[in-house]
Amino acid sequence: MTEITPVLRLDGIVKTFPGVRALDGVSLSVMPGEVHALMGENGAGKSTLMKVLGGIHAPDAGRIFIAEEPVIMTSPQQAKAKGVVFIHQELSLADELSVAENIFLGELPLKSFGRVDWKTLYDTTDAILETLNVGFDARTRVGDLSIANQQMVEIGRALTVNPRAVIFDEPTASLTDAEKVVLFKVIADLQARGVGIIYISHRMEEIFKITDRITVLRDGQYRGTLITAETDEDEVTQLMIGRSLDLSRNASHHQMGDVALEVRDLTCGTLFQDVSFSLRKGEVLGFYGLVGAGRTEIAETLFGLRTPSAGQILLEGQAVRITSPIEAIRHGISLVPEDRKNQGLVLGMNCRDNMTLPQVDGLRAGPFVSSGAEVEIFDHYKEKLDIRTPGWRQIVGNLSGGNQQKIVIGKWLSMRPKVLIVDEPTRGIDVGSKSEIHNLIRDLAAQGYAVIVISSEMPEVLHVSDRIIAMFAGRVMREFTSEEVTEDNLIQAISGIKEGRVA
Amino acid sequence: MTTARRKDALKHGAIWGFILVELAFFSIAGEFLAVSDKAFMDFDNMLLLLKQSAPIGIIALGMTIIMINGNIDLSVGATYALSAIVLLDSMTWPALQAMGDWAIPLAWGLALLTGTVLGALNGLIVWKTGVDAFIVTLGSMLGYRGLVFMINGEQPTSHLNWTLVDFAEAQFLGLHTATWFLLMAALALWLLMTRTVHGRNAYAIGNNREAAVNAGIRVGPHMMWNFVLIGFLAALSAVVFYSESGSVNPNDGMLFELWAITAVVLGGTKLTGGYGSILSTLGGVIAIQLLRKGLGHIGAATETVNLVIGLILIAVLLLDRQLNRKGKEELKI
Amino acid sequence: MADMTKQGIGRLLAKQGILIAFAIFMIGFALANQRFIAIDNISGVIRSSAILGVMALGVTFVVIGGNFDLSVGSMMSLSTIVVLDLHDKIGPALAIPAMFALTLALGAFIGFLVGYMKLNSLIVTLGMLSAIHGLTLTWSGGKNMDIADKAGTWFAVFGQGRVLGVPVPILIFAGLAIILGIVLSRTAFGRKVYAVGGNGQAATFSGIPRARIVFLTYVLSSFCVAVAGLLQASRSLGSQNTVGQGMELQVLAAVILGGASLMGGSGTIFKTVIGVLILGFIQNGLLLMGLAFYVQYVVTWGIIILAVWLDVAAKRGRLWSPTA
Repeated sequence: MTEITPVLRLDGIVKTFPGVRALDGVSLSVMPGEVHALMGENGAGKSTLMKVLGGIHAPDAGRIFIAEEPVIMTSPQQAKAKGVVFIHQELSLADELSVAENIFLGELPLKSFGRVDWKTLYDTTDAILETLNVGFDARTRVGDLSIANQQMVEIGRALTVNPRAVIFDEPTASLTDAEKVVLFKVIADLQARGVGIIYISHRMEEIFKITDRITVLRDGQYRGTLITAETDEDEVTQLMIGRSLDLSRNASHHQMGDVALEVRDLTCGTLFQDVSFSLRKGEVLGFYGLVGAGRTEIAETLFGLRTPSAGQILLEGQAVRITSPIEAIRHGISLVPEDRKNQGLVLGMNCRDNMTLPQVDGLRAGPFVSSGAEVEIFDHYKEKLDIRTPGWRQIVGNLSGGNQQKIVIGKWLSMRPKVLIVDEPTRGIDVGSKSEIHNLIRDLAAQGYAVIVISSEMPEVLHVSDRIIAMFAGRVMREFTSEEVTEDNLIQAISGIKEGRVA
Repeated sequence: MTTARRKDALKHGAIWGFILVELAFFSIAGEFLAVSDKAFMDFDNMLLLLKQSAPIGIIALGMTIIMINGNIDLSVGATYALSAIVLLDSMTWPALQAMGDWAIPLAWGLALLTGTVLGALNGLIVWKTGVDAFIVTLGSMLGYRGLVFMINGEQPTSHLNWTLVDFAEAQFLGLHTATWFLLMAALALWLLMTRTVHGRNAYAIGNNREAAVNAGIRVGPHMMWNFVLIGFLAALSAVVFYSESGSVNPNDGMLFELWAITAVVLGGTKLTGGYGSILSTLGGVIAIQLLRKGLGHIGAATETVNLVIGLILIAVLLLDRQLNRKGKEELKI
Repeated sequence: MADMTKQGIGRLLAKQGILIAFAIFMIGFALANQRFIAIDNISGVIRSSAILGVMALGVTFVVIGGNFDLSVGSMMSLSTIVVLDLHDKIGPALAIPAMFALTLALGAFIGFLVGYMKLNSLIVTLGMLSAIHGLTLTWSGGKNMDIADKAGTWFAVFGQGRVLGVPVPILIFAGLAIILGIVLSRTAFGRKVYAVGGNGQAATFSGIPRARIVFLTYVLSSFCVAVAGLLQASRSLGSQNTVGQGMELQVLAAVILGGASLMGGSGTIFKTVIGVLILGFIQNGLLLMGLAFYVQYVVTWGIIILAVWLDVAAKRGRLWSPTA
């Protein structure tokens, strides 16, 4: 009997941290030439499992096999030496160094006296780059490369050994569609060479496009392995969250009010051009498009963080000029930014101080900040948004992603904005909190807020929006009402295809 | 890509361009204002300039690798003083005096060992405690200075050894001994940073420490070696200078750290680490020395040197910022 | 259980370590020498710490705002020299406001460069350290500055006077510490300083004028320097050009000792005052034990590193750095 042996097999892995059973008997096997998806909510144990595989955590129980040989992993370097290589989500490159030095980071070829063997270094690197079919050479400075090409450098690192298994952690997070095609081709090449691949991603459409099997984790437990061709998104989602998620279209049509915001021919250099739209009170307007389509930049311009080169902004019919966030706030515009940790919150500050930050000037008792007024605001929104924290003294950095996002939303709701812009409302938030945030956005609209939602996730945009603006390369391609939008015509619009014709 | 290259070339060349401007300015201005009737670009004058650049220069070379590595060292001035005291004091010990001129290499060795040990101590603390190098060396700047006083008392220590003075004042191929030390140190460090694995890893650590850690580079020992090196270089600088002067005051070397950092920054090395070059630092050192001499040459009071260098440092930052601006579309944060 | 107490002790050390260390030092010195806790000795220590202390108050704002100020030492030299020089030329009543105006202008210049031009504060203030030193030397012509009629001026009141038996420098230091402590912890401006230092980008996204806040911290710092210069000049009625040399790092040591992070966003005025007092009392205690002034350098070295080490260790939950 000649059975194909898996290149990599994890068997009954258990890992506990003080108070938490992070992994509870998780098993996973990857066959040669297979692309195996690993899915689960944030906190389900995916990253812990990969850290066990990479030797960063030692498992409490369970075994790891490479080609059915039991191994004990002690470090990522040792894992690599055994042919298990990780491509991380956050690129870890030194951008002042050359491509070659990055690919061989930590293992530069040596000559006598600790000298670098540059010739071997450049020759081997160029050979690797050739198999990846990229348009740059070993001597290029990494900082001069695009994000997609930098990712190729990361992949190049994997090829310095003869890999048996390659783990991709959210590789497409910041890639354009064209760049994704190149990435998928590289994955297919690896597959053809008999390499086993673990593919971690939240993006269903990719999972169903390129993977062979899907293993799902929930709360540190193994929930099952599905054959991709024989399953669908619903089944996977159910396994992931233990129930089926309501991502139905928004159907609640409540009364809409007057026009809150109108934008005419707004242009900001090469970032976006001739953007026009209007937004009513009680309406959620979705902006959908690829990364780099100019959506976030529009939000930043409306919030006074960028200077428009042309165009007009009208708030409740009045033309306004917004040159700074301070003015935007004064005009009643609020922005929940895309990058929560860097732009949304001061992580080292407590919950209350973060929430009242934009209006701390107004909350005065004499010359001092009125602590009572602040706590009142915090308690109000803690209850209203169901923020789970022991109290206002809690440092924001210690909260979960979902609760952090609610603090940011509470911060801006407490300003009673005329226009609330939410950029990527659920990035990095687990599935459970996601639907809470979605419901919250719908509720806000029902209360008469004018809301703009920017998102890269199609289900999200479809779910929360009354109207959707599709953007491509800095331009508005098409505007959809919730009745006329379909997944197909939305995809076409954001790929530059305008109602059947290529733009 | 070519614009990137051009920008890079501009950055590396900038300091040498600045030196040329200084030379031209002081030569021409000197014609009208000079207090002495010697030309500014007099050959001997230039040789002397190189020699005078040596003490700060050698330390600045070490500071460059520390800063490329993503650290900083504020204790170099104190290390310099302590090594100087060991150098001069040890030659008065009976055991060494009995050895005649053979005491010289031994005294040198002791002084260099002192600097190396002090550097290693800094490095070890930075590595093992994880406290920021700025704070660790701020502390040892005080601590090492305290040791200087403890060993030396509050009075200057003097010991002139004429063999040593002759050696220090010698000229070989026209260049002074101190200049040779500066150039040899620069060459060695340039080779270290551009040719060896240690040098390249130091860049990688300063550039993206997490990436270096992920790639299995042992960050601690690399940082430690760089501190050992700067300690050694601070001692070397003391050896070069005090072999000739023969007298050390316990307050010597104060503010050397600031001068060295100034030279390194003028040379374009990034404070955040990962970028910089030994040769540009050499340029920075020479530029500062030129300024000192030049201002003297055109009859400006010596006190204006501090003023001018401070303002130039700020001007360099402003210029760097203007060059790196992305233009009107930039996010206003 | 034993683990729990160990953790508890660790947390207590992390939070109050600096106070505990302070207490141990005081008790140790007091046991070694009775004179140490005599009222006049304590008052003497605080009085001689006042100049450093006043400067540290201002630098605390700058550091919490996420920046460095290495220029305070040479700026203090300039203030001292200028006010002494002008004292004889235009009289003390005009000399004091003139010196304050000049010092505040320098602070505003630095604040402009760091706040509005967004230049690296370490290098800018390093450059200003050098530039202001040059300015001082140019102003004084390199000579020491002395007041001609030392007996006949009321100017000495700031450095040498007493009100209700308390030395004026102590009153000024304490008053300023209380006012600035309240400003930092209770006012909107204080809150904004923490926000800007904690996460400048998030502060901007919350509508806080980051540049103006940074600018103001430097102006505030220069105000404190001017007060320190006044105290220094008034105490000695004469001065060298380099009177403040090296103080920038001592000030920074006091602020760090108080537990402010160099990354910005943390620290308090109260802790800085403790940091200043620790430095002062160590110096005094060692002197009383008959040790030379420079022994305190070595002791300070150990204390700074231990204090920050404990702080860092408590945050990461282990004593030794995990760095390979």
